[in-house]
Parts: sequence; structure tokens; C-alpha cells
Amino acid sequence: MKGLIAKGSIRRRLVLQLGAVAAILSIAFFLVVQVVADRAAQDTQDNIIAAAATAIADALYADRDRVTLELPYSAFSMLGSISQDRVFYRVVERGQTLTGYDDLPISRKGISENTRRFASFTYRGEMVRAVTVVRSVSLRDERRAVTVTVAQTQRGRAVISSRITATATAIAAVFFMVATGLSFWAAQAALRPINRVARSVARRGPNDLRLVVGETPTELVPLVGALNSFIARLRVSLLRSEEFIADAAHRVRTPLATVRAQAELTHRRLNKPEHKKAIREMIRAIDESSRSAGQLLDHAMVTFRTDSLEKTPVDLVGLLAETCDRLAPTAELKDIEILRELPEDPFEIPGDPVLIQSALRNILDNAIKYSPDDSQITVRAFEDDGFWLQVRDQGRGFGDADLGKLSQRFSRGANVADIVGSGLGLTIADEVAGAHFGRLVISKNKKGAGACVSLVFAQP
Amino acid sequence: MCISRFCAALGAVALILAAFPVSAFEVEERHFFPAIAGDEVLRIISTADEDAFEPIIRAYQAQNPAVAVDYTIASSTEVMRAIYDEGAAFDLVISSAMDLQTKLANDGFALAYTSAQTETLPDWAIWRDQVFSFTQEPAVLVVSEAFFAEIGVPKNRRDLINLLRRESAWFKGRVGTYDVRTSGLGYLFATQDSRNIESYWRLTELMGGLKSPLYCCSSDMIRDVASGKLAFAYNVLGSYAASRLPETKGFHIVELEDFTSVMLRTVLMPVSVENQSAAHRMIDFLVTMKDRPDLVAASGLPPVDEAALDANTAMRPIRLGPGLLVFLDRLKRDRFLENWENSIVQD
Ligand SMILES: Nc1ncnc2c1ncn2[C@@H]1O[C@H](COP(=O)(O)OP(=O)(O)OP(=O)(O)O)[C@@H](O)[C@H]1O
Ligand SMILES: [Mg+2]
Repeated sequence: MKGLIAKGSIRRRLVLQLGAVAAILSIAFFLVVQVVADRAAQDTQDNIIAAAATAIADALYADRDRVTLELPYSAFSMLGSISQDRVFYRVVERGQTLTGYDDLPISRKGISENTRRFASFTYRGEMVRAVTVVRSVSLRDERRAVTVTVAQTQRGRAVISSRITATATAIAAVFFMVATGLSFWAAQAALRPINRVARSVARRGPNDLRLVVGETPTELVPLVGALNSFIARLRVSLLRSEEFIADAAHRVRTPLATVRAQAELTHRRLNKPEHKKAIREMIRAIDESSRSAGQLLDHAMVTFRTDSLEKTPVDLVGLLAETCDRLAPTAELKDIEILRELPEDPFEIPGDPVLIQSALRNILDNAIKYSPDDSQITVRAFEDDGFWLQVRDQGRGFGDADLGKLSQRFSRGANVADIVGSGLGLTIADEVAGAHFGRLVISKNKKGAGACVSLVFAQP
Repeated sequence: MCISRFCAALGAVALILAAFPVSAFEVEERHFFPAIAGDEVLRIISTADEDAFEPIIRAYQAQNPAVAVDYTIASSTEVMRAIYDEGAAFDLVISSAMDLQTKLANDGFALAYTSAQTETLPDWAIWRDQVFSFTQEPAVLVVSEAFFAEIGVPKNRRDLINLLRRESAWFKGRVGTYDVRTSGLGYLFATQDSRNIESYWRLTELMGGLKSPLYCCSSDMIRDVASGKLAFAYNVLGSYAASRLPETKGFHIVELEDFTSVMLRTVLMPVSVENQSAAHRMIDFLVTMKDRPDLVAASGLPPVDEAALDANTAMRPIRLGPGLLVFLDRLKRDRFLENWENSIVQD
């Protein structure tokens, strides 16, 4: 299609965007799980070291004139039971280390009794998690605040969180893959109505100017509405121009008849051969014009009726016979015999009998018109992958004319000589065939000279 | 063999004379096992006797002919001082003091190592991939045959306590045990007992009341039991007693059925290691000793063997890990020794 540049695909865009969303969600999920896992592992460790520190604080007591401590075995075995982490501790009273690692940092800021304070720092070459608790011990009449710090390396925690991270990674990857698959499907499903509308419009024949109806997704209603109003306007303007042509033709035809009658009278009265010849040429031109006007009128009628085609059951065989009957007088003028090879049974299709008859009349008219006197025309109706209505004559045939072009408007063969015509007959036949989902077949008469023109309709 | 022994003896003498001019830790013995061919050296500091370790070193050298082994023997506290305080340069530390080994690893003095061989160790026999157990040695009762010829040998601590109560006159001065103040191993066994056995303090008090003599080492206790001077000795290192059985008559070994602490002899690679590859090979060699019954027999060191422990549920290997740090705590230790002295040294 000229002027239309296909750029980008909605589907691809949808898939990419949904895929990107899935990727973002997967990464977000992964990060959240990792943070949560880390927190959980941290909390677990915090709880255990806090329990150990509390157990140590509980073991503080005043012995004679000093604060002392009996380190509970459980405090440390508890730390050792969940992971193989290094453990450090320090117990400080009034700035003096009672026991433990003298260089273990203690931050007492902001800790009061019954609270605990966690910290992470590097000690002896490894990251440790530490907790500090404060406990008062009564020594004689004095209350002494004792600080207990327990620190543990974080190998166990790393193991836990890396295990959870591995699981999270796997889940995120699966989620991403599933989501991407689903987004493919979703894009497909979302675009299905669009494709349906597009297909239904694309499938139409060239003259099909019906409005687009049926279920339309909300988002497409404006587009389809605009398309429909465009179609309606187009139809109106087409009809208007056809009406105009029909009007014009009608108005031309009547005065032409008068002019022709007058010319004929004049022809009879004149004696000079050159004058007679001039009038004859005038008469011929008048005939041409009047034929043209008639055919234009017919063509306008065909266009109008095909536009709002009303279908009734039509018997093609009967219609063909009737057409032959109607044109028999014209044939007789030239002593042409019309041979009918028609089946007994009717061929029924839904269609417009007026249109089909008009098409048949034009075909048979051509056969008579382009045949010499005393010849025969064969009219046949038969079934061969559809209903064929065929008219075969023994006339001049099409010569080297381009058969495809003969059904174009105003196109006439080179062999028409002095025969009057407008070039619309086959156009009408072709349009009628198209309106009934049939076709016009123009070929040479395979049995001797002449033409063979057929209308082919699909069997219902 | 004769020549190499001679060399070793010569080397030992020479080395002790020149020993560690700047170091302050006390070396008991030093032995040098020259390489069969090559010039690598593996320096080991160990608490194990040369007798026990020589076959192991020789077997190791048979597989690693390029490695000479410089084998220094020191007490467990001296080993600790060498590594912890003085940063002495050794490639491997082998010790029966599980608590001190654990402290070395905990405080960052050990390097980690993993191999297919170390993976074969059961979980309880390895800590942080730094401390590797290679023997399991129970604390046993060594009893005098002469003494218990007529009465039955007690099978558990309750029987033991009842017997001591009943026959206190008989046992007076004739029950031996470690002086936990001087013996690291004795302290380890005593603290584990105090943790696991309710009757430990009662037993200790009874022994105190009987004016039991205190010993520095398993060998002395075995000697005195065998000679009949002692009726029995409590918490003797089983492997050591077993290695004495063939030569020394007059005693036998009883594993108490209620509970038996099992000491794990461990090896670790200190941060001062220089010949890592030889140290790795030695660790691999030690942890797979179970596959060398000849060495087990020659060294008298029972290898780590989970099946053997499963068969006897009273056998409880002492757990590696931070729990062992508890009894190394200054205050805890003071308190424990105070209690112990109060119980055992009764005037
Ligand atoms: N039966 C036929 N024999 C020979 N030529 C034919 C025959 N039918 C059609 N033709 C050729 O096809 C051309 C187109 O036919 P068509 O019926 O459309 O036009 P026309 O006959 O010239 O004019 P009109 O509109 O008056 O029928 C003709 O001009 C003629 O050359
Ligand atoms: Mg015609």
C-alpha cells in the first residue's frame, strides 16, 4: 500500500514491555528475598548471641568484695551448635576487663539495663556480629554496672542467606520465564480483536461498501466508527455521482430522440448525396450518443442495485431463456438463429434478477451485434464447478484484442468497425457477476470463428 | 634404620643445643628426620611422644621422600605459648589439648584446608576446616590386677563411689588421678566430667578424703598402678595405657559404662606455615590413618572411627567448638581450680 509505512509492531512492543515488566519484577523479587533472607539470618544470629550474652550476664554475681562470673557452658555450646563460627566475648566492669578478649570493642553508648545493642565490625580479620548487654550487680551497698559483649563471626549466616539466595534466584528465573511466556500469549490475545476487524475489512470486495458491524473492542470503536463514517460518506458520494450520471443520461436521451427523428425526416427530403451522407453520419453519431446514454443509465442502475443488493432466489436457466426471447426479434432482423442448449432443471442462486438479466442481455446483444447475417448463436447453460451461462457466436471474434481489457469501462475492440456501441456492456456484465460472487469469462469460440462469453456463478 | 636413628639422635642433640635462641617456650625434645631425597622441611610442633609418632613420620616420608620432618615435642601449654604468644614458625601443630587447639583456631591462628581426605571425617571430628581430629582416645580407669583380684572391678561411677565409701580404709592414699593444675589433659578430662557427670564433685571429694596422690602424667600413674602402689588411677589416657599393656604387667584397663570422655587428638596448620603443601599432605595422611592398621598398631594411636563410637554409646567424643573456650576462661578456670583444690586437697 502506497503511503503506508509499516513501522514497529504492537505485538512486539507488548511482548517486550511485558517481558521488561516481568524482568523488573523478577529482579525486585530476588532483591527483596535476598534482603529478607539476610535479615532473617541476621535476626537468627542476633537472637542466639543475645541469648548467650544474657546467659553470661545472668551468671554474674558478687563474691566478697568483687564482681565475678562463672561462664555458663551452655552460652557457648549454644553458639557452637548452629554453625562453626568463631566466638569472642568480653566482660567489663568499671572500665576493667573481668574476663574475655581485652581488645574486643565495646560500645556502651545508649545502653541501659534490659536493652541490648547490636553492632557489626571487623575483629581479628573477620566481620563479626556483636551484642552488648548491661547488668547491674549489687556489691555491698553499691550497684555496679557490668557490660557483657558477645561477638560471633558470620559464616553460618552467610551459608543460610546464600542458600536462600540460590532458591530465590531459581524462583525468580522460573517466574521470569513463565511471565515471558504468558506475555506472549497475552499480546496475542489482546490483538485478536484488532486482527479480526482488519481481516474482515481486508476480505471485502472492491465494491463492498457495507458498514463494519459486529463486536468491536472499546479501544477500536473510534477507529471503526471513523472508518464507518468514511464508508458512508464514500457511498453517498458514489451514489450521488451515479445519480447525476443517470439524470444526465436521461435528460440527453429524450432530446436526442427528437433530434434523430428530425434528422431522419431531413434525410428523406434531401437529394444531394453529399448532404445525405452528412446527415447519415449525424444520425450515426446520434445513435452512438443515445446508446451511450442508455448504457450509462443501465450502468448507473447496476451500480445502485449492487450497492444495496437485495437477493431473491433466481432461476438462471429461466432468466437466460427469457433474455433469448426478448432479443429474438433483434436476431431475426439479421436472420440469426439462436440455438438454446438449456437443461430442464433450474439453476437457483440468491441474486437480483434485474441485474443478472441486464448482464445476459448485454452479452447476447454483443453476440447478435458482432455476428454476420444468417449465422447461429448458441446459448448454453451447464454445470462445471459452478453454473455456466454461455453465449457463443460465429461472428468476427475478438481479433488480437486484450481480453482482460474488454470489460473495462468504455473500452471497445479494434474490430468494431461501424457498429454502434459505448464500451460499457461487458463492464456491466462483469460488475453484475462480481456482485454475485461470480465472474465473467471471455474467450474465443473454440468451435470455429467467433466469440464465447460466459457468466459463471458459484453454486450455493 | 640404625643409621637414621643415629642421625635423628645426633640431630636432636645438635638441635636442642642450638634450639630456638630467641624463643621462650620450653621444648622437651626435638627430632629431625632427614628427607630420603630432597630438601623440603616440614616443621611440626607436637605434644605426642616420639615413640608414638616416629612410625607415622616414617610412613609419611615413604610417600613424600623429599620431605624432612623437624619434630618438636612440647607440653600443650608450651605449644600454646609458642604459637599464640610467640608466633613461632611451624607448619603443623599437633596437640591432645583440644581446648587450646580450638582457641588457636577461634582466635585466628589457624588456616583452613579442605580435601577429599578431610571430607571423610565425621562432622564432630572437624571444626571450621581448621582443626582436624585424627585419633579418638578415651579416658579410662587403670586398675591394679593384684588389688582387684578378689573384689569385682567397678563398672560405673556409682559403683566406684560406693566402693570408695565402703572400703575407705583400704583405698587411703591408693587412688591416683591427674593434678589438673599442672596437666592440661587432666584439666580437660576433669572439666568435661564436671559438665557431664553429676557425681563428679562427690567423687573428687572422696578422692580428696582418701588423700589421693596427684600425678602429672599418665605414664607415672600406670607405673604406680602396675607396681601395686595404687589400686587404680582415674582418667588415664586409654591409648597410652593400651600401649603399655604388652610391656607392663599387673594392670588392666576399664572403660566405665556410664560415661567415658573421648579426647580427640587434633592437627592444625598455623598461620606461620611455610611449607603448606607438605603440611596439607600430612593432614591428609593423618586423617586417613584408619586405612593404615599397621600404623595404628605401631603408634598406638586409635584413629577416628565413627563405627567404634556408635558401638559403645558411653563413649562421648569431646565436642570441638566454642564450648571448649568456656573452661579456658580466666575466671572460670580460677573458680574450677578453686573448687577442685577445695575438694581434693583436704588437710
Ligand atoms: N460477441 C462478440 N464478438 C466480437 N467482439 C465482441 C463481442 N462481444 C464484445 N466484443 C468486443 O468487446 C468490446 C466491448 O464490448 P462491450 O459490450 O463492452 O462494448 P460494445 O459492445 O462495444 O458497446 P455497448 O456498451 O454498446 O455494448 C466490443 O467493443 C467488441 O470489440
Ligand atoms: Mg456491447
